[in-house]
Amino acid sequence: MDIFIQQTINALSLGGIYALLALGLAVVFSIVRLINFAHGEVMTVTGYGMWFVLLLNLPVLLSIAVGIVSAIVIAVMMERVAFRQMRGADVTTLLITSFAVSQIIQVLFQNGISARPVAVVLPDWLTASVMLGPVRLGMASILSILVVCAALIVLRALLTRTVTGIAMRAASEDFAVVQLMGISANRVIATAFAVSGALAGIAAVLWVATRGSVDPLMGAIPVLKAFIATVVGGLGSLGGAVLGGFVLGAVEVYLQAFLPEAALPYRDAISLSIIVAILVLKPDGLLPEQTSRRS
Amino acid sequence: MLDVASLSVRYGAIEAVRGLDLSVARGEIHAILGANGAGKSSSLAGISGLVPSDGRITFEGTDISGRPPEEIARLGIGLIPEGRRIFSSLTVSENLLLGGAEHGSPNERKKRADEMRERFPILRERSAQKAGLLSGGEQQMLAIARALMARPKLLLMDEPSLGLAPQMVEAVFDLIVELKEEGLTILLVEQNVPMSLDIADQALVLAQGRASFQGTAADVAASTAVEGAYLGH
Repeated sequence: MDIFIQQTINALSLGGIYALLALGLAVVFSIVRLINFAHGEVMTVTGYGMWFVLLLNLPVLLSIAVGIVSAIVIAVMMERVAFRQMRGADVTTLLITSFAVSQIIQVLFQNGISARPVAVVLPDWLTASVMLGPVRLGMASILSILVVCAALIVLRALLTRTVTGIAMRAASEDFAVVQLMGISANRVIATAFAVSGALAGIAAVLWVATRGSVDPLMGAIPVLKAFIATVVGGLGSLGGAVLGGFVLGAVEVYLQAFLPEAALPYRDAISLSIIVAILVLKPDGLLPEQTSRRS
Repeated sequence: MLDVASLSVRYGAIEAVRGLDLSVARGEIHAILGANGAGKSSSLAGISGLVPSDGRITFEGTDISGRPPEEIARLGIGLIPEGRRIFSSLTVSENLLLGGAEHGSPNERKKRADEMRERFPILRERSAQKAGLLSGGEQQMLAIARALMARPKLLLMDEPSLGLAPQMVEAVFDLIVELKEEGLTILLVEQNVPMSLDIADQALVLAQGRASFQGTAADVAASTAVEGAYLGH
């Protein structure tokens, strides 16, 4: 039972990170129909931002702030430099553009810093664990769950209480009509990228906190997982992205914990099979996007 | 108020509007009539900047040709698109709010939304509901209210009576007359020819992307141009 609780905490914390990343992908996809595979590089930029600040012996909180701010800046820059020129192009063209952006940033870090991981050492209190009755809980896991909850609450408020947030939801339904209301397309899209950058930045801080190092390819795997989560949840659906993230996190963590040792090498194969089974039963995902999008 | 000179709208190889000239005077209702596919909606889409167009469009002396739709909207041209296109996953209030998003302070927006709820009581009753749950007629009222939130000077209406029950059609046409009396200039695209000619000052008959007849509503009613346009001559 203790192990189960412990693993549930782990599942929630990993799922939360996937959920944040998946939400970032979904926010952008719902508006510009771009599956941004350079989303992982937003994480990488955050990681190196943190690393740089810590290298200068500056405080940890400052490094977190710098990490998240640089995530927002790089996400908005990607849109301004690369994706804006491609606006209205078909999904494939946008997808390939995002691969190009991703490659360029990876190579810049490989050549500019190092292809090998660099250490990002966070203070002990972040990596410590506390005993809650018989259950041992990692600080990082608990913090990560709290941070994810806070981020989701703030995002929800943004999307339901601010004019730009409501416009973002409207744009995911019918972009042209949003423009007819006099609302600037560039502003809505830039905000979507800023939001997705902030979410990826927060996810990256949590990711780095549990791993203690940063490398040029660090974003690739989590963003692939996040992409799977958005598909499981229903591509373009924000609620679906969150749900998909938690489902994927739970599947991975429980399999890791409870599979017999002989089956462990097949963990990813089994977890992806479960995902495929979900998609066979619900081809549009668990919470499909509701849209009256016109052709 | 609005002057359109040799407007053309193309979708790939198809030329939906070919050299349309149109002049709308302040305070009038100007009707554009014509069969399906005559280029009525494309003309409005071209004027509002939703689709690229050739030709020259002047609004209150400002050349607006080639400007993005949001800029044209901010200058005071509102478009109620064909099929209403309300944001169905947003609440009725949120739809209204977005209509006035670029206009005035939050307080001003609230004041305007209250005015709309007074004018269209159904919107007050359904304020917190998802707009997609409204009936067709209610959605049309919401689409009109949403456009009015911006207090446009010129309102382009694309088939506002399409798919509505007969009493709703009456209500929509009554509303158009009311809006005109309040000083709004209206460019109305319609399939319902008799009712449109009844309320319009000027009318234009489109056939195959060109104006086949243009004049006062009475002239158009007296001519055979409309029949010709619908029969494809």
